[in-house]
Amino acid sequence: MSEQDTSASSGGIGGRAVVTLGRILISIFIPFVAFVVLWGGFIFLRDTNAPQGIIASVAIIWGVGGVALLFWVADWVVNRLPLQTAKKLQPFVFVGPALVILGWYLFIPALRSLYLSFFDARSQAFVGLQNYVFAFTDPKMLESFVNNLMWIVLGTGGAVGFGLIIALLADRSRFEKFFKALVFLPMAISFVGAGVIWRFVYAYKPPMEEQIGLLNAMVTFFGGEPQAWFTMQPWNNIFLIVILVWLQTGYAMVIISAALKGIPSSIIEAGRIDGATEMKIIIRIIIPSIFSTLVTVATTIIIISLKIFDIVFTMTNGNYGTEVIASMQYKQMFRFLHYGRGSAIAMVLVIAVIPVMWYNLRQFSKREGF
Amino acid sequence: MKKVVVVLLVFLMAGAAVFAAGQRETVDEKVVTVFGAFVDEEARRFEEAIRPFTDATGIEVRYEGSSEFETLISVRVEGGNPPDIAALPQPGLMQNFAQQGHLVPMWNSLEQLVDSNYAPVWKDLGSEGGTPYGVFHRVNAKSFVWYPKKAWDAAGYEIPTTWDELEALMDQMVANGHTPWAIGIESGGATGWPGTDWVEDVMLRTAGPEVYQQWIDNEIPFNHPAVKEAFEIVGDIWFNDDYVYGGRNYILTTSFGDSPRPLFEDPPRAMMHRQGNFVTTFFPDRIQDNLEQEVGVFPLPSINPEWGIPVLGGGDQFVVFNDTPEVRQFMEFLATWESGKLWAQAGGALFPYLDQDLDAYPNEIERSLAEALVNAEVFGFDASDLMPGQVGAGSFWTGIVDWVNGRNLDTVLNTIQRSWP
Repeated sequence: MSEQDTSASSGGIGGRAVVTLGRILISIFIPFVAFVVLWGGFIFLRDTNAPQGIIASVAIIWGVGGVALLFWVADWVVNRLPLQTAKKLQPFVFVGPALVILGWYLFIPALRSLYLSFFDARSQAFVGLQNYVFAFTDPKMLESFVNNLMWIVLGTGGAVGFGLIIALLADRSRFEKFFKALVFLPMAISFVGAGVIWRFVYAYKPPMEEQIGLLNAMVTFFGGEPQAWFTMQPWNNIFLIVILVWLQTGYAMVIISAALKGIPSSIIEAGRIDGATEMKIIIRIIIPSIFSTLVTVATTIIIISLKIFDIVFTMTNGNYGTEVIASMQYKQMFRFLHYGRGSAIAMVLVIAVIPVMWYNLRQFSKREGF
Repeated sequence: MKKVVVVLLVFLMAGAAVFAAGQRETVDEKVVTVFGAFVDEEARRFEEAIRPFTDATGIEVRYEGSSEFETLISVRVEGGNPPDIAALPQPGLMQNFAQQGHLVPMWNSLEQLVDSNYAPVWKDLGSEGGTPYGVFHRVNAKSFVWYPKKAWDAAGYEIPTTWDELEALMDQMVANGHTPWAIGIESGGATGWPGTDWVEDVMLRTAGPEVYQQWIDNEIPFNHPAVKEAFEIVGDIWFNDDYVYGGRNYILTTSFGDSPRPLFEDPPRAMMHRQGNFVTTFFPDRIQDNLEQEVGVFPLPSINPEWGIPVLGGGDQFVVFNDTPEVRQFMEFLATWESGKLWAQAGGALFPYLDQDLDAYPNEIERSLAEALVNAEVFGFDASDLMPGQVGAGSFWTGIVDWVNGRNLDTVLNTIQRSWP
């Protein structure tokens, strides 16, 4: 009896063991196959001499299909696990790839920059804080800190201020859509593109030649002397900041305008009935109601002005006292090939951006967007 | 489950096909890859110039040029993916790569060719620690003054042979109501370099080649009196609004390529322009078409007779990263006049070969430039290309810009000296 029992049960156990083993094997085999396929695609793309067209299409199929395959295989494997475990692992299947990619392309490089910032030009000898000493004492660096501050204050102030004024005025206009579209247009232009356009605005020719710059053409039309705008320190910084304001006002205006529409009209009407002037309504009612929007817009533009590079790079290249932190970083890293200093300046920039970013995200989370 | 199997099969087959496709691509072709800084028209002329090599040997030379060359070559070398051959515009780059052991030194047959076909200065410029690496091909010479010939003939100006004569000529021009110079130093990310050339040219003439070399090695500081004197001589011309068309603002804001244009207005707005042989490609088309009738050129005069008329110049040196028989053949070809002849005929390039046939140059002007280059007693390689990048491509350029924009000379020189790594 007992023998039969054991044999029967052992047969059952054995059968279940085979099934379990099979399932485990399949669960290992399928990811393995997927890995081989992906790896094969990678090797092919790395080593091939095939025509560009074939490489491009293989890359697209491999890239998109690979991501789909990875997700599908991971999901499939997780679903084969016991329900409780599967539930716990499921979120990682969705978020995991994003985390891995962020880690690989953002987090690790940032750590590496931090590491490199303590080494010399060729990243061979440890130099301690020397690169940071450079970043905070070099005259050009100090100049770029002052300039960046100017960018933050005037650039952000200008874009948000004009954005608010235009949003308020457009709100009261019959041609609201048209005006807003007009102001929003420069948003579609890249910073470098804007640089090229504004080069023609600021272009300078000597007095005896025909002026091709818009601004100088106007100045000479009214009988003035043409000016070399880029070389006028420190005003040239403001001429550059104007470009940022021109680009970003549209963004500020659209967001602020949307917030304006969200203010209940009953509050404003109540104010009017109580006899408040229009100015008072704007200052006491409208601005407080959209304050969190203003903060969000301002912090976004502050981050843009902290990282500003393209405009300076295309217009003056940091000459004539217009250097900013990002252009210094580029020069140290890619022109002078001083990886230590370049990395140190990058770290300084990151540290300067973090508080603004953190404040920005907190604002978002208050509105449950984050 | 069936679906799963089907999908997997498809992927497996695709993978297999991919492998198979990859396998087929391993046919050995005789190819030499060359990476350099010159692009567009210059790259086209280079490719044309080396075609006789491909015709004769069947070895294909793939040239790739990039305007971001200096950055990319370091990235590629450090990434373990260097080209077979690179054309380095700055000897400093060659020294870095040589010290790191990335370069293949010259082999005997190539070294013999270089010894017999170049002036010794070129081999020295291509050497690091006594080992020769680089072969020069196209070079440029910068100590030349260009002038509108017809206007000069009409005004009866004569070519100055000493600095005093040059100064007298400038005053004579001002007295005649002419503006002597047209100068522009704007050049995008490299704004200021034409100014460094001026200072270097004067430095070679006042201080001589030995002090010039000490200056490059920072054995004398950047604020040394000899350097300051060179800046001051340049400043005496540049900051005299009677001497320079448009004054400081024109110097600062005009791109070096546009800056000679006032010479070719009718009547000319300026009478002289100092720039290298390559500047002819920036002249207006109608001038380029009649170069010999429209344009004259003379070497920037001597200041201290002890040094004669030095020539300031530069050039790309070709260095080897991968040692293959094809690469060796191509390098030896580059060391011969054959590799330059077609380009010389096309114009816009000078070559340092001793056995070159000066008749190949398309006009009298380029012929005389090539002659001046080959016969120069003192040849100085562009100092800013030899200094560390922080200075030569950094504070020296920006220093020139600040100086022209009104900053005090001592401050400028001290700032440059402080930036020396």
